[in-house]
Amino acid sequence: MFTWDKRWEVVIGLEVHTQLQTKSKIFSGSSIAYGAEPNTQASAVDIALPGVLPVMNLEAARLAVKFGLAIGAHINKRNVFARKNYFYPDLPKGYQISQMELPIVGLGSLEIETDDGIKTIGITRAHLEEDAGKSLHEDFHGQTGIDLNRAGTPLLEIVSEPDMRSPAEAVAYLRKLHSLVRYIEICDGNMQEGSFRCDANVSVRPRGQEELGTRTELKNINSFRFVERAMEYEIERQIDILEDGGSITQETRLYDSDKHETRSMRSKEEAHDYRYFPDPDLPPMVLEDSFLDEVRATLPELPTAKKERFQSEFGLSLDDAQMLTADRETADFFETITKSTKAESKVVANWMSGELFANLNKSELELSESPISTSQFALLLDRIADKTLSGNTAKKVFSALWEKEGEVDEIIEAKGLKQITDTGAIEAVVDEVIAACSEQVQQFKDGNEKVIGFLVGQVMQKSRGKANPQMANEMLRKKLS
Amino acid sequence: MTITTLAELAADLDQGKRSSVEITKDYLGRIKASHHNAFISVNEDLAIGQAQAADAQRANGNKHTLLGIPVAQKDIFCIEGTQTTCGSKILENFIAPYTATVVQNMQDRGVVSLGKTNMDEFAMGSSNETSHFGSVSNPWGSEETKLVPGGSSGGSASAVSALLAPAATGTDTGGSIRQPAAFCNLTGIKPSYGRCSRYGMIAFASSLDQAGPMTHTAEDAALLLNTMAGFDAKDSTSLDVPAEDFSACLNDSLDGLKIGLPKEFFGDGLDDEMASIIETAVKEFESMGAVIKEVSLPNSHLALPSYYVIAPAEASSNLSRFDGVRYGYRAEEYNDLVDMYTKTRTEAFGDEVKRRIMIGAYALSSGYYDAYYSQAQKLRRLISNDFTDAFGECDVIMGPTTPSPAFEAGSRSGDPVSMYLNDIYTIPANLAGLPAGSIPAGFTKSGLPTGLHLITPYLQEAKMLNIAHKFQQVTDWHMRTAPNAISGGKA
Amino acid sequence: MALDNETVHNIARLARIEIDPSEVSQTRSALENILELVAQMEAVDTTGIEPMTHPFDATMRLRADAVTEANQRDKFQAIAPKAEGGLYLVPKVID
Repeated sequence: MFTWDKRWEVVIGLEVHTQLQTKSKIFSGSSIAYGAEPNTQASAVDIALPGVLPVMNLEAARLAVKFGLAIGAHINKRNVFARKNYFYPDLPKGYQISQMELPIVGLGSLEIETDDGIKTIGITRAHLEEDAGKSLHEDFHGQTGIDLNRAGTPLLEIVSEPDMRSPAEAVAYLRKLHSLVRYIEICDGNMQEGSFRCDANVSVRPRGQEELGTRTELKNINSFRFVERAMEYEIERQIDILEDGGSITQETRLYDSDKHETRSMRSKEEAHDYRYFPDPDLPPMVLEDSFLDEVRATLPELPTAKKERFQSEFGLSLDDAQMLTADRETADFFETITKSTKAESKVVANWMSGELFANLNKSELELSESPISTSQFALLLDRIADKTLSGNTAKKVFSALWEKEGEVDEIIEAKGLKQITDTGAIEAVVDEVIAACSEQVQQFKDGNEKVIGFLVGQVMQKSRGKANPQMANEMLRKKLS
Repeated sequence: MTITTLAELAADLDQGKRSSVEITKDYLGRIKASHHNAFISVNEDLAIGQAQAADAQRANGNKHTLLGIPVAQKDIFCIEGTQTTCGSKILENFIAPYTATVVQNMQDRGVVSLGKTNMDEFAMGSSNETSHFGSVSNPWGSEETKLVPGGSSGGSASAVSALLAPAATGTDTGGSIRQPAAFCNLTGIKPSYGRCSRYGMIAFASSLDQAGPMTHTAEDAALLLNTMAGFDAKDSTSLDVPAEDFSACLNDSLDGLKIGLPKEFFGDGLDDEMASIIETAVKEFESMGAVIKEVSLPNSHLALPSYYVIAPAEASSNLSRFDGVRYGYRAEEYNDLVDMYTKTRTEAFGDEVKRRIMIGAYALSSGYYDAYYSQAQKLRRLISNDFTDAFGECDVIMGPTTPSPAFEAGSRSGDPVSMYLNDIYTIPANLAGLPAGSIPAGFTKSGLPTGLHLITPYLQEAKMLNIAHKFQQVTDWHMRTAPNAISGGKA
Repeated sequence: MALDNETVHNIARLARIEIDPSEVSQTRSALENILELVAQMEAVDTTGIEPMTHPFDATMRLRADAVTEANQRDKFQAIAPKAEGGLYLVPKVID
């Protein structure tokens, strides 16, 4: 774990750009599908032909409001688009349409779990804006190629308060946010495709000092792993400078994951004056209460509420409930299985966190890509509940299912794994074991409790794993008492 | 040669006296023979093709009023496949790949586009002298006294006045339809903001720009506006109101009409001769039963300063897209990206455009926003509120369109601020978004036309056209032919 | 309203416009004249007045989320100063 000199306090605020899950762009009817041939999804509006005008996408507004409601934020029922003016080849109009003074989502908050318990992180605002295009730096005779397919893709920029005090907290916040936006289905969260991007404002100050230190902005750190490492590097860099008596330059820095260092982005050094002003092409957006109510009705159960319900409804521990509600797919999977199996909820939770997740992790698969269907997984747990399988034989069946060797009952049949629950049959094996292990039998009778485990093991071995271990245990104790 | 109105051409077409192709070829011939520099480009094939299509449609029973009538288009409107320059070098090579909604609306009703008229660069100017394609002559001037046609729709005004087109489209951000209409003895209407779609009309100042007709008569203006206006889902500022027939009440009685004369429009700066012409014009309305009232627009003196913050601010941002990357001019030689941008814009924008871009950038820049931009938008509200108050007392506001008639070419181009003063009476209606128009009001002793300025409440274009039409029933100023109109053949 | 040459240069740089050194003072005085005209605004007390950014205080109309645009790349790039392989080309961008 990363540590730094505790005389210094770290202050982190995050700006996260989430791409909203719409069909078309924020201000034009172009598709936002990923991976199209360059400039084939760049309409007259997107390439800013003279005379074209923007028209706002209702769905983008709806998704932004959904986010605001999910974090209990104030929704600005009157919100305003503004132009942010600067020249860049991936910005066709020479300005980006964004929101400045009156963003759609105002102050809200998000709870994160830290080592010291629950912490509330303030969310200053979330505003709608359009994405820029892409500059491709492969060599086109020493020139840069511009692809405007991404220009105009709807983004919700979520700006946190500088409330985080360590990279670990920042990552916890990011993970929570990442989970939330997917939970409420406003963003697919795909970091490789840039659907969820993060800039971090990092500063340090002597512990106890109220005034914030000079911050640097780390740009585009696009995986959870890099976010943490980039911030760690940057904190150490800043502390080193300050301890040497130097001062921090307020600047934008880029994290190089290969070299594990941050470097100043020189091209951004030129002092910017974005000359924000309300976009005259777009009158203020005014949202009716009925619209907010309509959006509210589409909100799913939120992670915190779901976690509490999982504890009360299914009798799960906090840890289990947390694990199962970390993302919506996992929670939905758990509820589907629990509803369709006779096994206890706790058993479902154990099998998910145990065999299932371990195998998914090993194979680097998402839950949705699991080779075991929900119905087969539920059936497997049914066979434990009805005592057809023991824990051990169930694992064998699980492995076979994973390898797609067939369905649960076929596998049990084919491998002869059906547990013996017939008292007579078990008694025969128990008698055999008592006769063969006289030494251990004596030890048990002398009061060595632990030996019972060995004896049950012998019964299991002789029955080739099929005896019900609980029945074997009870029968041994009765006979040896 | 005498003036031919749209209404007359429509009657000829309707009665089968002439075909659209004949009329269109007639005007194309006049344009070719003219020396007014009123057009930047003429696409004869396109015009004749449209005329042929219109004749075919008429044969099939299409009865649209302006079907087959040729009209000149200000070169600010994109028309697919045609050169669309906005009067600028930066778009000299720009062939528009799409058509503006206003033009599309006109084409859908069978109106033929004759060609693209000259204009001040990016509509910034009041004399048509900032055009990259050269200045335009006012047909009311002479060889000895070259007069400007006004601007920015100077080419359109010159074309109609010189009888090179029976009507034209214009755009008006601070007076660019009304001032050239006044200088060239035309009827020019700036509708309520949002009546005509701005989609495809190259933006100068988005919250002020509005397209409108430039014609000889109010009746023609109503006919042309009928084909231009309408809700457009592609423009977020387009008015979603039911379509209206602007000709419907042209002949309504003006008995009891309350005319407001703002005292601020008749004060210092107004030419005495102009004042007396306007006074005489207003008397005509009195004889038709109208009542004259003095009203006040106490903040109107703030219109010019606020306009010269708001319009350049919006323009500075609107014109950032001209960067040499995706279309238009790109400098031949440059060292790097910033140099490419800078050389492209420096070489291809004219001085007035550069000045306004810089003023706008300054007004929006950090530390100045509140003092300039925000303050200007607050004054805009005060100016708008003044109109609301005034319209509590009257049905229409009248005054001179300009402080003085057309001036000599070159006489003001060195002094931007004196040029700006031309728009002192027209700008308030743009700031408030109200419909306004200029109609021929009479002539000065030296024979120059003047404009009577009309402003009506929001969405009352039909009322304004009614007032204008009734005036034109009792006057003939609007039917006088300019001394330097095209000569020869019958229209 | 007095501007210094440096301010004029800064504004020009923001706007990506170059002013020929021989024309700086001329540009400066032209801008100063405009600012002088505009300075009349200063005297007005506008406390409590809401800025009016749109005529009639219009509100936004929103559009249904639907893909309505087809690929028109060839048509659009036919008028581009420099395009290759479907991309617009510009002098190298350095981050």
